[in-house]
Amino acid sequence: MLAIVDYGVGNLGSIENMLKKIGCTSQITSDPEAIIAASKIILPGIGSFDHGMRSLRAMDFEGILRYKALEEKTPVLGICLGMQMLGLSSEEGSEPGLGWIDAACQRFGKEPWDARLKVPHMGWNSVKSQGGNPLLEGFDETPRFYFVHTYHLVCNDPSLVAGTTRYSTPFTSMVRQDNFYGAQFHPEKSHRFGLTLLRNFIERC
Amino acid sequence: MLRPRAIPVLLLKGGGLYKTLRFNQPAYVGDPLNTMRIFNEKEVDEICVLDIGERFGQKGPQFDLIREIASEAFMPLSYGGGIRSLEEAQAILKSGVEKVVVNSLAIFDRHEVARIVAYAGSSSVVVSIDVKRNWLNRYQVLTQSGTKKTGLSVVEAARAAEEMGAGEILLNSIDRDGTMQGYDIELINNVVNAVSIPVVACGGAGNLQHMREALAAGASGASAGSMFVYQGRHRAVLISYPSSAEIESLQVSVVT
Repeated sequence: MLAIVDYGVGNLGSIENMLKKIGCTSQITSDPEAIIAASKIILPGIGSFDHGMRSLRAMDFEGILRYKALEEKTPVLGICLGMQMLGLSSEEGSEPGLGWIDAACQRFGKEPWDARLKVPHMGWNSVKSQGGNPLLEGFDETPRFYFVHTYHLVCNDPSLVAGTTRYSTPFTSMVRQDNFYGAQFHPEKSHRFGLTLLRNFIERC
Repeated sequence: MLRPRAIPVLLLKGGGLYKTLRFNQPAYVGDPLNTMRIFNEKEVDEICVLDIGERFGQKGPQFDLIREIASEAFMPLSYGGGIRSLEEAQAILKSGVEKVVVNSLAIFDRHEVARIVAYAGSSSVVVSIDVKRNWLNRYQVLTQSGTKKTGLSVVEAARAAEEMGAGEILLNSIDRDGTMQGYDIELINNVVNAVSIPVVACGGAGNLQHMREALAAGASGASAGSMFVYQGRHRAVLISYPSSAEIESLQVSVVT
């Protein structure tokens, strides 16, 4: 059973709806037992970094998720804030992240030529696969996805980058380390492109 | 690169979708769930549903209907209309809506908008600003479906939205609503130059060239009602949406 972790943050209904369309049964859950039993985990998230991390910690999910991802090697997909939380920290707040990957979040628009750059980065943009990312396989054109975010993950180890997107300059829009993945965009809101990506997560990861 | 956004704006009243002319004369255009399914098939970039029912005596958001609409939307969905509190915004976001749109609340209770931003993040909060020219041809900001004056200039309202933490402004020209004669480009210019958050233009779109003009003026998205629901001179109801290639062709050389 695929578990969508419910820690009070994020658009869980949309993810469940799209999985249903693929024919995958999933469970939106805040029950630690269900998360432990899960064969795959989606970690969603919207809103501020600190709010997300505090909610996750308040529900005591950090240890369970760490066990599932790092010990048991269960495939985990972090979406949007759920991807950002995989890193060590974020400029958006002061809470430490999960720290599974050597990366940290930075705000858009720091370069001098970005003076007119609109932040948040909001809308449809394409994602270029990097390093043999199974989630981006099977597309017959460059896939595009819906983004809405102000901060983006910067990997200290470039081999973790699994997808890049251009917004003024290229940034990391997907990460991968072993069995866990992160997508900065919203596959659940990216119609057929998101559908294929989620199907890949179910079938190829 | 980031694609330009072409966003259908659908007006909800009771259980049906309507299209207005200058914020008046709501005309029935269809069933919301059916319309949502059609837009899904057309792989629309994003959809905005605004409930105008309050003006006709409805109280607050129709939570059940919003949930049903959201479950049909495999694209980003924003919802506005009658949101008065953080709790209502939370309920809407939890039902599968990406962004909440506030209008009156941004005028009367900025503090509550800031609370919604603190909960959901800037990217999930849109402030819509309804603008009408007065008899001196000056822009004035109205609220409550264009029925009440706010005394704010459009630049003041836009800057206030940014200060509250909104991630986007939905800029409505009441004078152009439903006319299909083109956006109010001067209005878009004024707002785009006043704020650094994305501005979505609304009101007046009749064709792709109009959208190109709005984007060239600095809008980050071009939204439309009539253009996507009407066909031909006699305004026959027929849902349409530009092809992916047509949307790419809207790209202008501004950094947005």
